[in-house]
Amino acid sequence: MTDKFMLSRRDLLKTSAAGAALGLASAAFPIRAARAASATVGFIYVGPKDDYGYNQAHAEGAASLKGIEGISIVEEENVPETIDVQKTMESMINLDGASLIFPTSFGYFDPHMLAMCAKFPDVQFRHCGGMWNKDKHPMNAGSYFGYIGMGQYLNGVVAGHTTKSKKLGFVAAKPIPQVLLNINSFLLGARSVDPAITCQVIFTGEWSLAVKEAEATNALVDQGADVVTCHVDSPKVVVETAAGRGAFVCGYHANQSPLAPEKYLTGAEWNWAKVYKMFVDDLVAGKPLPNFTRGGLADGFVKMSPLGPAVSEAARKQFDATLAEMTKGGFSVIKGPLKSNKGIVVATADQAFVETAIELESMDYLVEGVVGSTA
Amino acid sequence: MDATDIGLWGVPLAMLGGAIRVSTPFIFVSLGEAITERSGRINLGLEGTLVFGAMSAYAVAVMTGSPWPGLLAAAVAGLCFGLFHGWICKFPKVNDIAIGIAMMLFGTGLGFFFGKPFIQPSAPDLPAIPFGAWSDIPQVQAALNVNVLFLIGAALAVFLWWAFRNTRVGLIVRVVGDSADAARAMGLNPNTVRLLATGAGGALAGIGGAYLSLYYPGSWTERISSGQGLMAVALVIFARWNPLGCFAAALLFGGAGALGPALQSVGVTQGYYLFYAAPYILTLIIMIATSSPSRTLAGAPGELSITK
Repeated sequence: MTDKFMLSRRDLLKTSAAGAALGLASAAFPIRAARAASATVGFIYVGPKDDYGYNQAHAEGAASLKGIEGISIVEEENVPETIDVQKTMESMINLDGASLIFPTSFGYFDPHMLAMCAKFPDVQFRHCGGMWNKDKHPMNAGSYFGYIGMGQYLNGVVAGHTTKSKKLGFVAAKPIPQVLLNINSFLLGARSVDPAITCQVIFTGEWSLAVKEAEATNALVDQGADVVTCHVDSPKVVVETAAGRGAFVCGYHANQSPLAPEKYLTGAEWNWAKVYKMFVDDLVAGKPLPNFTRGGLADGFVKMSPLGPAVSEAARKQFDATLAEMTKGGFSVIKGPLKSNKGIVVATADQAFVETAIELESMDYLVEGVVGSTA
Repeated sequence: MDATDIGLWGVPLAMLGGAIRVSTPFIFVSLGEAITERSGRINLGLEGTLVFGAMSAYAVAVMTGSPWPGLLAAAVAGLCFGLFHGWICKFPKVNDIAIGIAMMLFGTGLGFFFGKPFIQPSAPDLPAIPFGAWSDIPQVQAALNVNVLFLIGAALAVFLWWAFRNTRVGLIVRVVGDSADAARAMGLNPNTVRLLATGAGGALAGIGGAYLSLYYPGSWTERISSGQGLMAVALVIFARWNPLGCFAAALLFGGAGALGPALQSVGVTQGYYLFYAAPYILTLIIMIATSSPSRTLAGAPGELSITK
């Protein structure tokens, strides 16, 4: 009995949500849609949305939509990558009438977002990551992601000019391809300044472990690293600890310069505002949303923090020149001849991998000059 | 080789520094829990108290511009949480472990709720005493920068160890913890003693939280504790309810936790997940080595619901 009742209530809600979405889609004229349509866009974050990191970058992107007429935003933070995220999505659809949802964390995709895609075929889901595949996944799902490796390369250029000990430090969460590419890019950027520079990496094993990140930063500085960067969810602890020990820092995910104005050199930041604006413009115009979107520095998906006061004139020049070259497109960070730190050739002299190259997505090595191991 | 290259010496130094830096919240929470458990109650809610203490300390320090009112606020907040736990548990048939879990969720949730506006601002840090000033090696100076709370925690451990044996109050707490009937026969009210003991334990856990947010790692985020409060409660059993043991166990955990990053920083990069598990493996080994099927845990208070 109860089951039957639940089912019918849910179906009722589903139908009304579908009706709302259909009403929106049938608005054939863009002008009419822009004036009359009121669409709700949902954002789901895995952590606090003001973490100076991954989630803040997404929340800043979401906040940039607030001025757009007819668009309202619903957000929920600290949503675990469990059945909880399904409940969050259901409530955004059923209670808030969301017609487009951005679950921003990697682990939301399978099975949680896919389950919701099947249940609400009229709602659009776009997941941050590169997992959508047109042969396997429904058409109301999709992926968007940015290539931030070149941002870490630029971090490395500035770090290479700034370091005196010729030792850099990198606090990393887990040895997955994207993290490894960031570490390698950071070192290669620095080596473009001085090929004698090395980079020490410490893996903490988790995306967010404040005390371990602080310990890792201290250990790096103890070993002589004088410029530190990181790839963890919230770089706040790393930035504050490194600056407190007198080391310079390069940021990641978002702009952390308010935490250490004197020691902050620059940082690789996401520019999700651009991506979300693009989706919402399509939504307002009644156009189908793209299923697979990716871009890097040249496409405006990624941006650099303004250079800090400690950056030298020489560093600024090379930073600007490299940035200009990257903006033209076709820049390769990983190019031959290049060996891994185990001595295996990863790129021969005639090989160069642009950021979109599929080979980079299965990266399992650290390049020569990085002190660390992937396992 | 320049003067700052310390090579492999970095590992013992990092473990020493880590033991001093990381252990303080463990010391305070486990000493607080030791007082509570010696009186015959278990307060699992200290994880929540730790988080709420960290938040309130940071918030008050931001608003007043000084860390000391923050420390006081954390202690008072912890006291209130402890008293609340103690008050609920005095009712008949209330399970202290279940209430503890509820208080843990309540404390963390409330901390997150009130802590929202304080993630972004920066608070002043608690002061540290530079015991390493004699050395001209910056790494040694950094490792021996000892926070006042660590010293207070160390002194408190010795004091509690002495007080449990030699003072009237210590004896009262122990008698209530070992046999409520005996305590009643002596004219003591076990509920009042436990209420106060849980309150004191909460206040100490709040101070531990203040250390997290005001000194190391020194900022308020919602992931600041990552389970340290729960670990500290387990440390009490590991330390056999002995305050000096709590102190030693906290140091051990702090030092062992620093082992993983330190080994990676000198180039021992294989198997770091194993090094990160070191403190837990060590705990298991010691627990197994010292347990016996033929008797209860030595030093366990008789009234504890888990040993009764």
